[in-house]
Amino acid sequence: MSEKILYSYTGIFDTPDEVTHAAEEAVKQGYTKYDVNTPYPLHGMNKAMNLPPSKLGYVALIFGLSGALGGLLSLWWVSAIDYPLVIGGKPFFSFPAYIPVIFEVTVLSAAIATVLAMLFFFFKLPNNAHPLHATDYMKKVSVDKYGIVIQADDPKFDEASVRKFLERVHAKEINAVYWVEEEITHKHKIFEPKFLTFLLVVVIITSGTTYFSLNKLMFMLPFNWMMEQQKQNPQQKSLVFADGFGMRKPVEGTIARGFLPYEFQGQPDLAGEKLINPIPISKESLQLGQTKYDIYCSPCHGYQGEGDSRLRGQFPNPPSLHSEKVRTWSDGRIFAVLTDGQNIMPSYSTQLTVDERWTVINYVRALQRALNAKESDLQ
Amino acid sequence: MSTVDYTRELSVLEGKHALRELDDLIAKPLEIKPDKKFYIALAIALSMTGLLVLGLALTFYYGIGMWGNNIPVGWAFDIVNFVFWVGIGHAGTLISAILFLFRQKWRTGIARFAEGMTVFAVMTAGLFPLIHVGRPWLAGYLFPYPNQHSVWVNFTSPLLWDVFAVSTYLTVSLIFWYVGLIPDLAILRERTNHKIKKVIYSTFSLGWRFSNRHWQHYEMVYLILAGFATPLVLSVHTIVSFDFAVSVIPGWHTTIFPPYFVAGAVFSGFAMVQNVLIIVRKIFNYEQIITVDTLEKMNKIMLLTGSMVGYAYAMEFFISWYSGVEAERFVFLNRALGPYAWAYWIMVTCNVVSPQLFWFKKIRRTIPVMFVIAIFVNIGMWFERFVIIVTSLSRDFLPSSWAYYKPTLVDGMILIGSFGFFFTWILLFTKALPVVSMAEVKAVVDGAQPTHKDH
Repeated sequence: MSEKILYSYTGIFDTPDEVTHAAEEAVKQGYTKYDVNTPYPLHGMNKAMNLPPSKLGYVALIFGLSGALGGLLSLWWVSAIDYPLVIGGKPFFSFPAYIPVIFEVTVLSAAIATVLAMLFFFFKLPNNAHPLHATDYMKKVSVDKYGIVIQADDPKFDEASVRKFLERVHAKEINAVYWVEEEITHKHKIFEPKFLTFLLVVVIITSGTTYFSLNKLMFMLPFNWMMEQQKQNPQQKSLVFADGFGMRKPVEGTIARGFLPYEFQGQPDLAGEKLINPIPISKESLQLGQTKYDIYCSPCHGYQGEGDSRLRGQFPNPPSLHSEKVRTWSDGRIFAVLTDGQNIMPSYSTQLTVDERWTVINYVRALQRALNAKESDLQ
Repeated sequence: MSTVDYTRELSVLEGKHALRELDDLIAKPLEIKPDKKFYIALAIALSMTGLLVLGLALTFYYGIGMWGNNIPVGWAFDIVNFVFWVGIGHAGTLISAILFLFRQKWRTGIARFAEGMTVFAVMTAGLFPLIHVGRPWLAGYLFPYPNQHSVWVNFTSPLLWDVFAVSTYLTVSLIFWYVGLIPDLAILRERTNHKIKKVIYSTFSLGWRFSNRHWQHYEMVYLILAGFATPLVLSVHTIVSFDFAVSVIPGWHTTIFPPYFVAGAVFSGFAMVQNVLIIVRKIFNYEQIITVDTLEKMNKIMLLTGSMVGYAYAMEFFISWYSGVEAERFVFLNRALGPYAWAYWIMVTCNVVSPQLFWFKKIRRTIPVMFVIAIFVNIGMWFERFVIIVTSLSRDFLPSSWAYYKPTLVDGMILIGSFGFFFTWILLFTKALPVVSMAEVKAVVDGAQPTHKDH
């Protein structure tokens, strides 16, 4: 068996007065690495041990203030910058209404930070491998005795003199405490099979439950009852109408708004003569036209209308919109192409409303003018 | 008449105790096998919890149409129970934080238990806002987090303040409770020889060593937490009262609500703590730790807060008349004389009249009488929330939409079940953790502190 390493000498006292006296003497003796263990905090012990005041108040102050400031800033960012919404006619940044939340955040961050700082930074807990654990000394000072510990790494430590000192202050049961071999040599191994199995089980359970609850459970009864409502959805069978169709045709002889029939079906030239663009050119209408053009026309015609699309080569390339022919066409003639389609191009009458078709035409005109500017446009 | 020596502080405990005896007494329930009485009590509490589970299952399956709520009474038992249970929770923090700041040593015997009750009561209360939204599995949206809809919560709404207040309160109460438990868990760790218990206690006591270098910071943290918990406990019921006071419903829209709600919360919380402690001290033989003196002091606080609540009732009436607003006047007359007059007068009898009996010293110190009075107080405080919420809603501005609210069977199941849920936790707590703080009680025993004779 190898030699045991000494941790400290301990002495036990019966009364609080004696241990307070012993602590005062230890300070006079010049010991620095010593400690007093008592079952509950003793009044006046901090003074006897000459301990500086606890600095945890600063932790609470710093984290409390950061909580308050962080709360204020995030509330401001959320309600005035990221998601401005008028609520009750109040300003976006309505400070009085934020006070409750800021207060709670302050308390929460200060309380959590102070306790974590105390346990993990000031005390270096959890530590169950300390040599004082599982000693007779600890069993006594946890209940009704008061003890003093002089550590072996104190610069003034010397076995004989420490023993003499403890005898002088009338300590009972003076004992040496040694490090437990196993606790010093023990190394935490991350790749222990037990630990790895534990990790694996945790991963499977967490990911499994998350997947199940988000992707399966939400679509089961009764969680999906918001989707399954007692109403007629498109393509559903109807119990009300005799023919069983849920979707109904308009009443005979009526026309829905925006669905006026197109009277120049198959007569593009006539349409070019008769139809007049009703949409005035404005910033808004051109922007709408651009949006719609970029969605529906640009896949084949390209963003500039030159027929150089991202589908080039996969379909017969459409002709350029800047050709002499298209430039001299009237708006009505282009409208006929959009509505009826032409050659391989299908009709866009279901994707674009009548007004939208006209705005697209306005936008195409703007494109044409951009590539074939007149002298007068430079002025 | 005997003379009392006021120059000396009275001892908190009755009789002389060796420190070791106190440890033995407090740790005893954890070291013996539970007896038959415990199992009977647990069976009753669990059956009541079963009612809660059944009520909630019906609610979730068929929707909140299972409740008696109607239009205009959109808030009823759900919110009544929420406010009631949050209120119960307030006594714990009051005892552990405010009385700590006031250096009231008599709190040591009851603080741990009251803090535990706070945690369980807030947990019970937390159920209600969740089930009240109807789809509790979507409750995550109550918290502001960057989500895929890029939508944020409304930070100017009292209901959101509630989310922050109640969740902060639960977290801070849990932390406070746990910090107080660390030294006691270390005592238990040193006491036990049981292998599994030793692992559990070692884990949760984090290797606490009773070092004075630790006690110094520990006491500072306790002071800081008490300093934060004091405004926190006042803020929580203030914010709960904002749920009502910030609206424009007559009977709710009053500035007296925050102090009135806080006083009511402390009132009902103390009544509940007193009730449960009377049973605990009897069963576990803690008569000398939780003394009649302590109970008397709790009764005095109930007398004080009960009178404050009574004053608030009177002041509400006066202000509604003095404001000259017709709707306000009507609501208050309607409370006392309308269809819910029976609830109003139960409330007044239980909350205003019954605690006044505590003016008599004899009643303050007679355990069966104070037990009954505290039960009345809890009944009265539940009805107070019922009266505030239901009477104001059932007859608001538009007489054409007035309706009478009647609770359904499911409402009743959930109410009874919430008591079962609460008491199940209490029962498990008494067998799992020391219900009195060993370290704190030992510190206030006569002769436990240095005499400073050399100063």
